[in-house]
Amino acid sequence: MSASLVLLDPTSERSPVARALSPRPASLDGLAVAILDISKARGNVFLDRVAERLAAQGIRVNRYRKPTFTRPAPTALRQQIAAENQLVIEGLAD
Amino acid sequence: MPLPDGLIVIAKRDCPTCGLVEPLLHELARAGTPLTVYVQDDAAYAAGVPGAVLDKTLEQSFRLGVEFVPTLIRVAGGQEVERTHGWHRGDWQRLTGQPNLGATLPELRPGCGSKTLEPGIAEDLIVRFGDTGLASRCIALGEAEDEMEACYDRGWTDGLPVVPPTPARVLRMLQGTTRRPDEVLGLVPPDLAPCTVEKVAVNAVMAGCKPEYLPIVLAAVEAALIDEFGMHGVLCTTMFCGPLVIVNGPLARRVGVNSGVNALGQGHRANASIGRALQLVIRNVGGGRPGEVDRATLGTPGKYSFCFAEAEDSAWEPLSVERGFAREASTVTLFAGEGVQGVVDQKSRTPESLARSFALCLRVVDHPKLAMAGDALLVVSPDHCRVFLEAGWSKARLREELERLLLLPGDEMVAGAGGIAEGLPPSMAGKPVPKFRPGGLLIVRAGGGAGLFSAIIAGWAASGPVGSIPVSKEITA
Repeated sequence: MSASLVLLDPTSERSPVARALSPRPASLDGLAVAILDISKARGNVFLDRVAERLAAQGIRVNRYRKPTFTRPAPTALRQQIAAENQLVIEGLAD
Repeated sequence: MPLPDGLIVIAKRDCPTCGLVEPLLHELARAGTPLTVYVQDDAAYAAGVPGAVLDKTLEQSFRLGVEFVPTLIRVAGGQEVERTHGWHRGDWQRLTGQPNLGATLPELRPGCGSKTLEPGIAEDLIVRFGDTGLASRCIALGEAEDEMEACYDRGWTDGLPVVPPTPARVLRMLQGTTRRPDEVLGLVPPDLAPCTVEKVAVNAVMAGCKPEYLPIVLAAVEAALIDEFGMHGVLCTTMFCGPLVIVNGPLARRVGVNSGVNALGQGHRANASIGRALQLVIRNVGGGRPGEVDRATLGTPGKYSFCFAEAEDSAWEPLSVERGFAREASTVTLFAGEGVQGVVDQKSRTPESLARSFALCLRVVDHPKLAMAGDALLVVSPDHCRVFLEAGWSKARLREELERLLLLPGDEMVAGAGGIAEGLPPSMAGKPVPKFRPGGLLIVRAGGGAGLFSAIIAGWAASGPVGSIPVSKEITA
């Protein structure tokens, strides 16, 4: 690992260097939305409200919770979220 | 940047001749000669000489283009006037203007190589202080980014780790060819992106090639771009095939492309990395990725890498010679190959019996009831080959026999025959049907010295002008 390591692009350079964001879905119809609570205090207050509003629109919402905000989500949890949902909302800050 | 006027000496402690001249540097400094000493390895060398500097990064040595130590340079008006290397008493006396310098030393002592030219250092110095001349986009990794993971994250790998393509590694790879890095080899499908020698070198680094393999990789890429090979179709087909590289000629032996024990298997760097480099060029330059344009239903492990050399025997014409090249030429032949099907015959001791075995096994290419669809490559092991050689059968004689034996009864091949819906059109009933199109059966000799086994590598079921024709290219530089 190095701050200065430079690699030469092996591709035809038709894509930008920075990875593009995934495209926004045109509609949430038929998609499942994960809401991931990172276990930060009172994060649930905000996420509960987001979940309520999505559910009110008839969108399927699945709730998940990280054991602790101090570490990345366990692999099994990440795999479960990816398998059960197409979108994920994660609250990151205080 | 102007040089300091006076004298410049570049030296290293490790060099005995530099040790010989060290006292003279003190002498020159005492005489008031403007003197700069760049020491490559040891700050204690010429310690006390006012102009002595440790050239730890070798930047000064690199910028001065030093090949030997000691090198003595005379500078006037910021420009180099003259230089000498090693210890030549007359040269040193003239350049320094000191007619008695080193009078007690021997007249001549050769120097040593400069540290700037030690293996692995030269290219790093070009990257740090020079102009690489490379055109590929530079991608700076993040501070916490692991370089191996970074290559995965950017989609550059075939699923196995790649060697991170740093500029120094790419420069070293390009030492393997005399071709210019900006030479365009052609347009790589499916994106029809222009492919330079440099882009091939970047991918060859990632594949694990040595620089001496690069000419073979370049020839393989050029062969893949020959229209008849149909690389676009080979890539995008739902069928199994990938480009198999067969290397012939002296270069295969020189760089160590395996043609012997486990020739079709793992464990040889040249085989593993040359075939892989070609596939990485298709993936990265051409944009050919599985699940996107590559629509293979099952694929084959050979799509990671598939390359071997023919075990040429003086009594059997090598594939390259059959295809019109001189025996001393080195070539690549590309074949749209599927997997490896073993032919086990441990009892045949006559060419007639063994040829019948081969023919029977070759019938299963694609399907025993299909014909003139896929080509085939028959890899004859040395033990099997001996049966033919001892009976005086040339490769051409074996092929003639196989073509005769593979003239199959149309009645057994038509759709519905044998209770199997698959098969040839009904119009083929009652006629003899050749299993392979003319030129569709290739034969090479390869393998270890023990084992009465050969191998069949089926071709793409769309072989021939409709899909892919095997192509050959001479390996030049």
